[in-house]
Amino acid sequence: MRLEPREHSSTRLTLMAPVAAVFVALVLCAGLILWTGENPFTAYALLFKGSLGSRFALTETLTRATPMILTGLAAAIAFRAKLWNIGGEGQFYMGALAATWLGAGVITLPPWLMIPFLVLTGAMAGGLLLLIPVILKNKLKVDEVVTTLLLNFIVLLFVSYLLEGPLRDPMSMGWPQAAPVIDEGILPPIMAKSRVHLGLFIALAAAVLVWAVMRFTVWGYEIRAVGHNVAAAAFSGISVNRTIVLTALISGGLAGIGGVGEVAGTKGYLTLDLSPGFGYAGIAVAMLAALHPLAVVLSALFLAAIYVGADSMSRALNVPTYISDVIVAVSVLSVLVSLMLTRYRIRWR
Amino acid sequence: MDVFEILLTGGFWAATLRIATPLIFATLGELICERAGVLNLGIEGIMTMGAMSGWMWVYMGGDLVSGVMFAAFVGGLFGLLHSQFVVYLGLSQHVSGIGITMLASALSYFVFRMLLPDATTPPKIEPFQSLPVPFLSDLPFFGPAFFNQTAMTYAAIILVFAVWYALYRTPVGLAVRMAGENPMAAEAQGIDVLAVRTGAVVVGSAFMAVGGAFLTMSAFDAFYFGMVNGRGWICVALVIFASWKPGKALIGALLFAGIDAWQVRVQQLPGVNIPYQFFLMAPYVLSILAMIIVSRKALYPKALLVPFRRGERT
Amino acid sequence: MPDILKLVDITIRFGPLVANDSISLSLGEGEVLALLGENGAGKTTLMNILFGHYVADEGHIEAFGERLPPGQPDAALNRGIGMVHQHFSLAENLSVLENITLGTESLWSMRRDRKGAREKIIGLSKRFGLVVDPDALVGDLGVGERQRVEILKALYREARILILDEPTAVLTPQEADDLFETLRTLVAGGMSVIFISHKLHEILAISDRVVVLRRGKIVAETETRDADRASLAESMVGRSVHDPKGEPMAPGDTLFELANVSLSSARGFGRLDNANLVLRRHQITGIAGVSGNGQQALASLLSGNVRPDSGAMKLFGEDVRDTSPLQMVRRGVGRIPEDRNHVGVVGEMTVWENLISESVRSVPQSNKGILDFKAIRENADRLIADYDIRCQGAQAETRLLSGGNVQKLILARVLDAQPAVILANQPARGLDVGAIAYVHGKLLEARARGAAVLLISEDLEELMALSDQIQVVFHGGLSEALDPHTVTLRQLGLMMSGQDGSGEAAITGAAS
Repeated sequence: MRLEPREHSSTRLTLMAPVAAVFVALVLCAGLILWTGENPFTAYALLFKGSLGSRFALTETLTRATPMILTGLAAAIAFRAKLWNIGGEGQFYMGALAATWLGAGVITLPPWLMIPFLVLTGAMAGGLLLLIPVILKNKLKVDEVVTTLLLNFIVLLFVSYLLEGPLRDPMSMGWPQAAPVIDEGILPPIMAKSRVHLGLFIALAAAVLVWAVMRFTVWGYEIRAVGHNVAAAAFSGISVNRTIVLTALISGGLAGIGGVGEVAGTKGYLTLDLSPGFGYAGIAVAMLAALHPLAVVLSALFLAAIYVGADSMSRALNVPTYISDVIVAVSVLSVLVSLMLTRYRIRWR
Repeated sequence: MDVFEILLTGGFWAATLRIATPLIFATLGELICERAGVLNLGIEGIMTMGAMSGWMWVYMGGDLVSGVMFAAFVGGLFGLLHSQFVVYLGLSQHVSGIGITMLASALSYFVFRMLLPDATTPPKIEPFQSLPVPFLSDLPFFGPAFFNQTAMTYAAIILVFAVWYALYRTPVGLAVRMAGENPMAAEAQGIDVLAVRTGAVVVGSAFMAVGGAFLTMSAFDAFYFGMVNGRGWICVALVIFASWKPGKALIGALLFAGIDAWQVRVQQLPGVNIPYQFFLMAPYVLSILAMIIVSRKALYPKALLVPFRRGERT
Repeated sequence: MPDILKLVDITIRFGPLVANDSISLSLGEGEVLALLGENGAGKTTLMNILFGHYVADEGHIEAFGERLPPGQPDAALNRGIGMVHQHFSLAENLSVLENITLGTESLWSMRRDRKGAREKIIGLSKRFGLVVDPDALVGDLGVGERQRVEILKALYREARILILDEPTAVLTPQEADDLFETLRTLVAGGMSVIFISHKLHEILAISDRVVVLRRGKIVAETETRDADRASLAESMVGRSVHDPKGEPMAPGDTLFELANVSLSSARGFGRLDNANLVLRRHQITGIAGVSGNGQQALASLLSGNVRPDSGAMKLFGEDVRDTSPLQMVRRGVGRIPEDRNHVGVVGEMTVWENLISESVRSVPQSNKGILDFKAIRENADRLIADYDIRCQGAQAETRLLSGGNVQKLILARVLDAQPAVILANQPARGLDVGAIAYVHGKLLEARARGAAVLLISEDLEELMALSDQIQVVFHGGLSEALDPHTVTLRQLGLMMSGQDGSGEAAITGAAS
């Protein structure tokens, strides 16, 4: 078997690749559902009904998608520069911490100032966290995959300490949770009688902004060049270190904003289980979107639908809710193969 | 007892060996993969899958030894999957590895929940019992410290020597090393690079799964969600720390485990007021430090992360 | 002489390109057969088929009377065919012994016979004069020694047919002579050799018979004693190619100079010892030398990648020791890199993206950080037309371009900025004759326009043809400027290996 490069990868193929991958994933997981003794068609029907089939379901999906758009953008822009940022989870919590620390009463500003303030500080917190592994990589050649990952565990423990100690809400009756964000800082709901909040608009705006930067600016050009070929980029005069630092600040910042959104929008206060793995899900979102910022929105919506729908489905059927994680994981692997097929033809010999 | 007297208790050393065991298996596993030129980020998921599979085998009525072998088999399967993507198709080793970790973790939780839907507290099995080494386990201090471990711990130590021998003294080990240094040269000398790399990844993944199985079948006796807790990632750091050498991998694992065992005991000393979370952070912080120390001069296998396409010559 | 190797009607296609077209040739015992052809003629592809790296679409191969199963390198090895590749197939982090014995023992065996191997290697070393330490790490060996290891690999497996692919590309003339001595000894002992090269004088010196390949087909076959340079060159190329030559021009003012510059090899860019270099308008300065003797240092200094440890470096009379690649480009230095595919362009980006890689931060390509696509597109279309870059338009992915067209892209990018100083690092390496002539033409054009060109090349003939003055680099020392009209190839060769013609301690500043 041989792989032959195609002369040009048509846009149509690239658009179809994630769709084909998802389809393959759903088919393979149907097998798993069969094993549990349930009917896959019933299961998937329930899944999609539970995520898209009613106003309530839709709003839940949108709420769930909001942080994943941001962590998905974070992963997408980092991976474009071949910066393997697996630390989205930790950067998310840093943003949440910033929003908690500064938003629970330390400073009071009118909402039109308070919200941008929290978003900005959350972004800074996330960006600075990612800067640590990046500096280690630039100066000491330490591989960033492991360091960003390990920082996730460290940050989570740190948050745990803070929630049981300095940041614990005295009114929480002993539960480890922080004081709630003050009213001026809360992201207002944008759809009546739902949990969908301003964060969704922020996420959508971020997606458009990231796309514009990647396509129309010199920064975007440099990030892409560095991601494809560091030696050639350096040769042409691009400052590789500066480009990676910029990418890190944007990437970590986006994940941090995700954290702000959950604390100041969805939940109102910080707990240890604020994120059911949004940072890691962001990686899957980015892969399924083929690292394209606008596609990240669709991809995040899809994954949110899977998670929300699986919760609903597993209450009705005998299928463990983890089926959603399996579907997502298989999708990531299939999209890897299908994207390859847009660039190479298989020749059987 | 003060912080340093802890080091003088037999219990400390016994704990060190116990904590090191899964690290030894998984680090050796990752080392073999990377020596052949393949980064296997599926390690965390494969360890989780190994932990669940081995345990489930025993829970369903099997015996411990065949349970370990079953875990190894399952781990090898995931390794085979990873190789299809990265060795045969030459796809991104980072992304495939992350995907495999996601898949293996998700599948282990799914299967566990499916087979035990009603368990709120995880059920237990009868784990490996300690196997005292005759004569040696009666020695003062050294006896309880080193020679009263379970079978898997002894196996881990023996495995270090076996891997060293295989890599450096057998032709297949030379082929593995060459595949990770200059696969085109290996092909020119008649080696099937794709097969060697795949074999290395499968064997390495099997070892990783055994490392996970130790957690549920020897150290503890039940499967908890999130029980691997980042050990896989720590082992990736340990491989670099060990300069891809089995002997140094053993030292790294022991050093690391020792600090972990020490910090657990220090926490319990009277007068220690540092919040427990900071102690729990120690392994992760240490791993980062270890990487900082060695990364500048690390002699990576030259063809690590470089896919090999048959017939492609520069 | 019975034929021990026969290739019959070998044909292989890569997409629309027919790399080998019905090729039949044979090799007799004890014969040295030369395979001559320019880059891209199909010689290496043919040998890769012989060796099992590729599978031919048609035809078959017989070795020692029996058919060779296609696609299996170990089949060729087991039948006694050994190949010394152009780019060495060695693992630097492993020892000589490990490199040689790889694949010689069954993968199912439980131990390696290191003692026996060591004895055999030492024995072969002594017999054929290929001295090397079996336990040395290949990474510590020099180029000549590494080639010895490559040959030992074949001898260790008792090869009776040895294929050498452009073996002298990386050797000094003296090392090449040593290689020929070794080959003669081997042939006297019964070895048969296929010698692939595009260097006519070598072919005439060493071979018994010559087969000429052009565009995948055999176009000529002759006994060496009946051949001469002119006829071979013409067969190789198919037409008399007019390689442009520059008209004599008076050198202008000094644009770039290095005065007593030293750079330590510990910095990672190669080494220079008290080097002196002056680049003048209307002048091409050629740098001759075996790769690894300081060329990288010169290129890195001129590119702004590294600061000299001592000495003066001036561009247009100003001190530029503290500078960066970006600055040098802005100041008017054009750089044609050695590795065009991996450093010169980003393969996955489009032609237009690669054309602007050095100018992207300035008007008109961008304005305040935003790219101006209209201006970029117009610029790209113009350059594609002016420089005859064959591609599917400015949107094409650069990785699909041929080597010659990639080089044209790089030339377009570099020369369009009208740089005053040009660094041309192996600009014509690996190109076919037409592309080589194009590159040479562009360099001479730049020279006529008033640029100062630093030409670093491993091809002595190229240097002699194009340069106004030549300096030889050896162990970090740079010789004084030599006149290509008066200096001989032999003198250059001696200087390249550290001994100059008159026997004195040769190159100014070179550490002995």
